[in-house]
Amino acid sequence: MSSEHSHDHEHQAVPCDPALRVKALESLLVEKGLVDPAALDALIDTYEHKVGPRNGAQVVARAWVDPAYKKRLLADGTNAIAELGYGGRQGEHMVVVENTPKVHNLVVCTLCSCYPWSVLGLPPVWYKSAPYRSRAVIDPRGVLREFGLDLPSDAEVRVWDSTAELRYLVLPERPAGTENLSEEALATLVTRDAMIGVGRVKA
Amino acid sequence: MNGIHDMGGMQDMGPIEYEKNEPVFHAPWEGKSFALNNAAGAWRKWNIDAGRHQIELIPPADYLRMSYYEKWLQRLEELLVKTGLVTQAEIESGTPAPGSPKATPPLTAERVPSVLRTGGPASRTIPGPSRFQAGQHVRARNINPTGHTRLPRYVRGKTGTIHRDHGAYVFPDTNAHFLGEKPQHVYSVRFAARELWGEQASPHDAVYLDMWDDYLDPA
Repeated sequence: MSSEHSHDHEHQAVPCDPALRVKALESLLVEKGLVDPAALDALIDTYEHKVGPRNGAQVVARAWVDPAYKKRLLADGTNAIAELGYGGRQGEHMVVVENTPKVHNLVVCTLCSCYPWSVLGLPPVWYKSAPYRSRAVIDPRGVLREFGLDLPSDAEVRVWDSTAELRYLVLPERPAGTENLSEEALATLVTRDAMIGVGRVKA
Repeated sequence: MNGIHDMGGMQDMGPIEYEKNEPVFHAPWEGKSFALNNAAGAWRKWNIDAGRHQIELIPPADYLRMSYYEKWLQRLEELLVKTGLVTQAEIESGTPAPGSPKATPPLTAERVPSVLRTGGPASRTIPGPSRFQAGQHVRARNINPTGHTRLPRYVRGKTGTIHRDHGAYVFPDTNAHFLGEKPQHVYSVRFAARELWGEQASPHDAVYLDMWDDYLDPA
């Protein structure tokens, strides 16, 4: 299936400053009419300023205050998240998994860096790194300790390896002492890390 | 392909390096690498699986050395040449070959929001019942394809339980090589941590993988 394999290896040997290579490639593709420079700016602006963990935090906060929404979210993540206006690229098929005192969920992609862009934005470097991708499945408790989470030995850790086109969002536990907070105020507490499963939400 | 990208279960890769208040892009070129991949992808000369496979084809030592967006850049250069959108000579010179026609970009700034909002759903409708039901025991096939696959090494030959049927999806093992979508059911399969890693793992823990029908046998 990969007869092109040996060929691919030939012209990869010369490392060059990626900033210069990108610049050269951009000007080539623009000059050939293959990409629109304004579209490049729009793509960068979208993920720098518009799509990010604030989206997911709103989903989590809604689930905390609205039991019927939470039920829909856990049963059909894609459609429940779409109710809040989020979906599309790398969030086409969403699964939401719920943390409880007895169950802790952790999301990884061992094969590449699959991540729910539509609700969390683009993944942080550590999520895409070899140490996290390799160890999250074999030593999730050790990984969680590195993030400052020490789970009780009788808790169940569920690791979700994003091997297909399903994207995972962790619904963290609502912290104690937040009973009087509004949905909006709750959303400000929810962190990206908690929605990956490497953190808890603090009041 | 049993490549370096298939990292699940490896050890000694070092500590997880966490960056507080990490920016989305660490330098302008990272954003450009990301955006160029997306904008050039709009030509639909390749699919998401072919794109992933192209990153897997980066030689192991380079794969470990390169940053994420460097891999994206490498992948894009390779795919552009492979699909004929540009030539290797053009990549090297940074200028279009003399007399080459000027194209019209398929992705304009105006279309970016709707294109991102639509995404690229991989679900498909196929006739007939699914082969497995929730609760059924299955074994991951012990196969070693030399092309693209989303069946990690660490789970091959292991026994798990069907947790949920996600419905039918495009099959990456064929789609990555432009051999058709071959849509089939994808199941969430639960593997006990001890089945995967032995007694050193907690008896309570489990790893869930999304697995295509072709990766599974009844157990």
